[in-house]
Amino acid sequence: MSLIHAAPARRGGTPWWGSTEAMVAGVLLLAMALIGTINPAFWSLDNIFSLLRSNVVIGIMALGVLLVMISGGIDVSFPAFAVAAMYLVVRAMVEWGISGVALPFLAATLIGACLGAVNATIVHRLRMIPLIVTLGTAAMVRGLLNGVVGTSNVNINKYPDSLIGFGSTDLVTLTNAKGASFGLTATLLLYLGLALAIHLVLTRTMIGRSVFAYGASPESAKRVGFRTGRTLLFVYVTAGALAGFAGLLHSSMIWMANPRDFVGWELDVIAAVVLGGASIFGGRGSVLGTMLGVFTLVMIKNSLILMGIDTTWQRVVVGAMLIAAVALTALRDRKALV
Amino acid sequence: MITSSQTPLIELRGITKRFGGVTALDDVSLSIMPGEIHCLAGENGSGKSTIIKVMSGVYRADAGTILIDGKPVGPLDPVKSTHAGIQVIYQDFSLFPTLTVTENLTLNTFLGEGAALVDRRRARRMAEEVLDRLGVDLPLDAAVETLPTSGRQLVAIARAVLAEARLIVMDEPTTALTGREVERLFRITRDLQSHGIAILFVSHKMREMLDLPERLTVFRNGRKVAEGPITDFDEAAITRAMTGQELARGHYEAPRQAGTPRLEFRGVSVPGELAEVSLSLWPGEVVGVSGLIGSGRTELALAAFGMRPGVSGHILIDGQPADPQTVQDAIAAGIGYVPEDRLSEGLFLPRPIRDNSIAASIRRFTRGAWLDRRAAAAATRDMFDRMAIAAPSPEVPVATLSGGNQQRVMIGRWLMTQARVLILNGPTVGVDVGSKATIHAIIHRMAREEGLAVLMISDDVPELVANCNRVLTMTAGRITGELSGEALTEDALNDSLRLNAPAAEVSA
Repeated sequence: MSLIHAAPARRGGTPWWGSTEAMVAGVLLLAMALIGTINPAFWSLDNIFSLLRSNVVIGIMALGVLLVMISGGIDVSFPAFAVAAMYLVVRAMVEWGISGVALPFLAATLIGACLGAVNATIVHRLRMIPLIVTLGTAAMVRGLLNGVVGTSNVNINKYPDSLIGFGSTDLVTLTNAKGASFGLTATLLLYLGLALAIHLVLTRTMIGRSVFAYGASPESAKRVGFRTGRTLLFVYVTAGALAGFAGLLHSSMIWMANPRDFVGWELDVIAAVVLGGASIFGGRGSVLGTMLGVFTLVMIKNSLILMGIDTTWQRVVVGAMLIAAVALTALRDRKALV
Repeated sequence: MITSSQTPLIELRGITKRFGGVTALDDVSLSIMPGEIHCLAGENGSGKSTIIKVMSGVYRADAGTILIDGKPVGPLDPVKSTHAGIQVIYQDFSLFPTLTVTENLTLNTFLGEGAALVDRRRARRMAEEVLDRLGVDLPLDAAVETLPTSGRQLVAIARAVLAEARLIVMDEPTTALTGREVERLFRITRDLQSHGIAILFVSHKMREMLDLPERLTVFRNGRKVAEGPITDFDEAAITRAMTGQELARGHYEAPRQAGTPRLEFRGVSVPGELAEVSLSLWPGEVVGVSGLIGSGRTELALAAFGMRPGVSGHILIDGQPADPQTVQDAIAAGIGYVPEDRLSEGLFLPRPIRDNSIAASIRRFTRGAWLDRRAAAAATRDMFDRMAIAAPSPEVPVATLSGGNQQRVMIGRWLMTQARVLILNGPTVGVDVGSKATIHAIIHRMAREEGLAVLMISDDVPELVANCNRVLTMTAGRITGELSGEALTEDALNDSLRLNAPAAEVSA
């Protein structure tokens, strides 16, 4: 039982090619090659730009879910928080004639953050399972939103122009063979910026490491002296804030606010995060992996659409991918599924 | 080296701690001198863990005072306790399995400094320095979960040293270690002492209590019953203090080997686990099996119990080929197996003793699809009395019993199957000294009076020596040694285990 013979060098970590991220990237490249062979149109800039655009909202939400999963929890309330933040802000802008971009996004982020704080408080104070807590808060938030604020869409004719302008900004605009113009959305920069920020927070700051520590072993985190209440607050507030922000961003990209939006997004986003190598047992996961997972999921769904496969069947595929990814990560973690 | 004029590093005076109606600590005092190795002994439930948690600030005492360096401090909390240089290494080590060794070593230092950012370069330097200081080598970038138990323990110790510990409390640190690893732990402990760090070693193993510490404190039922320099104690005195009763220790004499062996292995092999193992157990024998983890000692038991696929060779019971392929075959052939981890592998904790005890022999109590409750109850009652289980009735859930009584239920279960061969894996792990003796006595009586053959797999050298008539040692799937009669002594067995350690092992 010597420790030494197992360690050729003192470093002894996993080489980069053995990392989860490398494996996800491998799967992604393989899928890209396969899809590209079946449908060469996949490689057109038009399609690639559209794919990247589809990554933005789901990707930002996935960053929040990643935080929750690293902390050992699971969050199914973010679609409800996103819709609440988005609809409240857009309705307020319409009713009171408010214009602008920064203020509405700040408001949506804050609404999400406050709702996240509710999750954190219940999870921490009552020591309840995050899945149940977030199921409950999600149902309540959706119910309250539709009951108190309303159920009618804000359509393009009424939708605030400032947000439409913001959501349709392109980094580059090109013209395709048929003469139609297409562009690469500027919101992609927001996604990349947020991803970088979350990455740095997770890997370089004590609060970020406390999320990993808590997820790896809540009891040890407490004994070492981490203030675990603060860690949980950080996790759920950030996840809520990201959801609120992503909610309004989504709406500004489709020029419409639907108070029943994001139904079923839990599945896609959680599947993407798990696909990206985060462990459902906590303590494991990375921003890079999550971004790769999101890209893989969006790409596969997108290709199913291109192949003309019905949306109902897409859910079967995403569900199967979720199960497969969970099984694979569980195998990696060498833990039995209960 | 320790003079009475010195001020204790930490002194607890008249500590009382109650949980609901139960008094866990009753007016207990304990003092630890700077740089001493102090052993805290006591059976399970004697209050050892409680006083550790009072020291680390996890629990707040209901009465009593705490002095650090002679100055009274208020009730401790984890932060205060850490600042005073008190570090506790719990049995689970309190590490972060998915994080790297470096990070596990350094996170709490950064935390204590109130850092907002992680200085990775400094973390690595700190980790390298502390491992050099302890003279051990660990892969710094490997996740802690990939290390063996002994490695994780080293991480926990190194972390405590890095946190500038003046007192390291180790809660039963040798439980999951092999003999060799225990020796390395002792070496490191003495090394820490030479750096001026005091050690409080919590244990209930005799050898450790006599070998390592300079002073010993014994707890029983929440009270301090003995204290003094280790030179004032011997085995009998410690046992008396711990249990409140005298304990006889001797050898187990088996009846003479006669007739056909109860259990016989003929050239049993399992690819990669067992190589050509042959052995014979006669009725009334209690044969020990020892060896390091990975030596094949557990696989030997599993092969006999039909839990290893691909067994070649033959396993015979009373001369009849049994060759169990499944657990059902093994039970039908008269083999019983008590696993190492009775909590996860053997018992249905929320169920009553009765349901637990008839689990393996349920066919005896069924009529068609129905359970004959009366017969089951009578048989359970009989077992309950024979095993001297301390519980109000056979109807109480097993979860409410102590470790020793749970183990008796496990053993009793196999007696109800009318097993002729009983294989015990770590029969008294987590069982306190008093209960241990009862279990041993029951095993001996059954072997002698009922002709049971017992195979006892254990790490605990004194336990094997005192309770077996023969002990086999295993290495790399083979039986490599046998000690019996006069030759069976603790020293001889320890030597034999040491010799059998793989030569490639370059222990730090």
